[in-house]
Amino acid sequence: MQNTIARRIYDFLKQFPPFSFMAKDDLITICTKAKVVYLDKDQIVFERDQSYQDHFYIVQQGAVKITRPSGDIIKVVDICDEGDLFGLKVTSGNTYRTTATANEETILYTLPMGDFSAFAKANKAISNYLIAIYASNIKDPYTLQHSGDLLNTYEPDRNTDLLGIEKAKYSTKIISCSPENLVKEGAKLMQEHKIGCLVVCNDKKPLGVLTNRELRNAVANDILREGTAVQEIMAQPVICAPPDVTVGQAQLILLKNGISHLIITEDGTSESKVIGVLSKHDIVVAFGNSPAELIKEIKRAPKTKILRAAWQKAMVLLQRYLDQNLPLSHILNIFSELKDALLHRTMELSLRKMESDPPVDFVWLALGSQGRNEQLLYTDQDNALLYENMPDDESEATKSYFIRLANRMNKRLHKIGYAYCPADMMGSNPLYCLSLEEWQVQFSSWIMNPTPQSMLLSGIFFDYRPVYGSNLLLDELTTHIYSQLTTSSVFFRFMAKDALKNPPPVSFFRNFLVESDGEHKDEFDIKNRAMAPLISGARVLALYHHIRDVNNTAQRFERLSQLEPENKELYESCAYAFKALLKFRVKQGLKNDNSGRFINLSDLSKSEKLKLKRCFKPLRDLQEVLRIRFQTQNLS
Amino acid sequence: MGLFSKTTTKKYPAFWKKYIEAFAEEKSRAGFLGNTLDAKTLAQTRFVVFDTETTGLDYKKDRILSLGGVAVIDNAVSVTDSLELYLKQDVYNPESAAIHGILKQGNYEKVNEQDAIGQCLDFIGTDILVGHHVGFDVAVINQSLKRNGLGKLKNRVLDTEILYKRLVHPVNHPLQEKRYSLDELAEALKIPLHDRHTSAGDALITALAFIKVVHKLNSDRRLKVKHLFR
Repeated sequence: MQNTIARRIYDFLKQFPPFSFMAKDDLITICTKAKVVYLDKDQIVFERDQSYQDHFYIVQQGAVKITRPSGDIIKVVDICDEGDLFGLKVTSGNTYRTTATANEETILYTLPMGDFSAFAKANKAISNYLIAIYASNIKDPYTLQHSGDLLNTYEPDRNTDLLGIEKAKYSTKIISCSPENLVKEGAKLMQEHKIGCLVVCNDKKPLGVLTNRELRNAVANDILREGTAVQEIMAQPVICAPPDVTVGQAQLILLKNGISHLIITEDGTSESKVIGVLSKHDIVVAFGNSPAELIKEIKRAPKTKILRAAWQKAMVLLQRYLDQNLPLSHILNIFSELKDALLHRTMELSLRKMESDPPVDFVWLALGSQGRNEQLLYTDQDNALLYENMPDDESEATKSYFIRLANRMNKRLHKIGYAYCPADMMGSNPLYCLSLEEWQVQFSSWIMNPTPQSMLLSGIFFDYRPVYGSNLLLDELTTHIYSQLTTSSVFFRFMAKDALKNPPPVSFFRNFLVESDGEHKDEFDIKNRAMAPLISGARVLALYHHIRDVNNTAQRFERLSQLEPENKELYESCAYAFKALLKFRVKQGLKNDNSGRFINLSDLSKSEKLKLKRCFKPLRDLQEVLRIRFQTQNLS
Repeated sequence: MGLFSKTTTKKYPAFWKKYIEAFAEEKSRAGFLGNTLDAKTLAQTRFVVFDTETTGLDYKKDRILSLGGVAVIDNAVSVTDSLELYLKQDVYNPESAAIHGILKQGNYEKVNEQDAIGQCLDFIGTDILVGHHVGFDVAVINQSLKRNGLGKLKNRVLDTEILYKRLVHPVNHPLQEKRYSLDELAEALKIPLHDRHTSAGDALITALAFIKVVHKLNSDRRLKVKHLFR
């Protein structure tokens, strides 16, 4: 019988080992017994200590997280993605040793264990492969040489980067001189190559090192003469390490000896050939806590997968910044740079995959919280695309080009970790991938005919920010919007009304208002109840004052406090409150690995609760200002 | 009693009797007032997702060339529990071959229409049928049942397009009036398109779409089978 589905599964599996070693007919036979399983994010495939099922799994789409408890914490052992196999019984145990959960939306194939084992036993290549996977506990022995950093970079576990058990990376471009060289020549070499450490070698074996410190000391102690040779001032003995030194070890050696450079030699002693130099900087990079390195990594990322790994590192960095209690505005600045680099690179990758260059100029817009630069965590993607007007006969083709581009972009962002927008406010939605003229019409209709429903959309679309492309195009749109705004006062009233729909979130008895039903019953919705009123208040006032180029809620309030000296104090406290709330949310989000929107009040300490309540105070006054200025009470 | 003797004397094939009896049995199990949909939970229910390729779009005139179906139980599609049939037909429309690629004298193992209907009814039993724009598929199958002197399909039917529209956010009301082709639906749900326009391939894509949509409708984990037929 013709079996298209089995055939489809076969076509997929045959690309990946160990299935690539199987005879075609054998594999097809197994495929006729396969199942296709769909999993939502966080759904469990199997749990540790559960007895083995009679089938195992291959990831067709998405990713599955394999975890194992280690002490008190749950450690991520592996993340399986496309083509990886897991849940295969290899040892004699009867229960799973790990737990498998869907890391994102996932489609799996399952294959019967029994049938497959029979083939595996008969086929040496398959059994060798399985033994290799099991022994190395990595997913693909064919990428062994890369696996070290693959696992490191991919792992979302936030502690691993501190363990430093991975192999250290070091520079293998060695700049060296001989001991008889003059100090001046050595210093020249260092200047030329912009390095801080010169290896002094004899027959490729290290004799000593000349670093900035030796030069400084020599100058300070006045021992430099015209003919001083390098060997007179170089640091000795040379501290060496073998090529397989780990980051942790290397750091200890540097600390113990109070030095900044470690010489890597073939056997780890000064009696063998020099093969590299490891500097303090390399260790900083390995620990991934430098935004500059991250930006570099993002800008050079050749693939979405690498971008995703880089972004996971950025989240580790964010956690550390928050732990150190750095000012939020500083954190926001760094992360908006990182985020822009990420979006920019994602667009470059998307463009590269298109069959031709864009027919006209376009701008990729970030909307909502991304547009306001207030987004630190993974949330939904809200974006749109704006392109230059085209003559009628080409408009169709242009639109379809940009929708395809936006589609690629949305898919990539999804892969990086930004969920699709449930309301479909994305560039790939034909309603939000428009030409300048179409956008102008769209905004005019929002401004001229406001309805409660269109207010929902305005809330998101009026906070746009260009991420990639021509700013001139966007300026044209912004100018149009402000010219429309001057003619419509009813729009402001609607918008102010919208900002008032959430009253301050403290009840008569000074208790928090919590959600009364649904999934988040008895939790406090910090986004809707506390932040949204500030955000929409800032937006309507900013539009009222024609404030351009400032989208961030805190910055909007800061600007407003300059424009309206009579309300200076109020706006300043609003700006402060907003920053505090945002920090609250981000901390909660990182702690619970979600968007941080719902806060379980019983988790908060007394002082945290007080701090939160203080943030609500300016809210009431702000709403009063809106109510009076925009006369909202007359609006039904 | 002449009325009844007419139905009993007419010779029905065994598969049809079995099909009818299964429904009668299901009904008697549910009781007089019971809803047969309450018998099983969502996770236990077997949904049959199917698709047909035909010689054209006129359900009265055109014939089924192939029929593909997969069973969905608890978010999973099982290849062992699937059906893929190619039918011998005298009616052939060269224009539609461009879409489905099935040739009149193609090199497939083909069955005659009655056997196909038999296998199909055997496969679906009393379970809920799911399809994309399913009305057409049901109509062509009913037409072929009629040609073979049998009654209409008795199964309950769900359409993935209608289910999907329940997910469209109210702020996007223009999208709610839109018609979605299977391609667009798959695109919107980010399902990779393979084997389009083979009945089994389309059935699999529809099945994945169905699973995803039901999953999204079931975000509070309280969805029951009967809620799908709103």
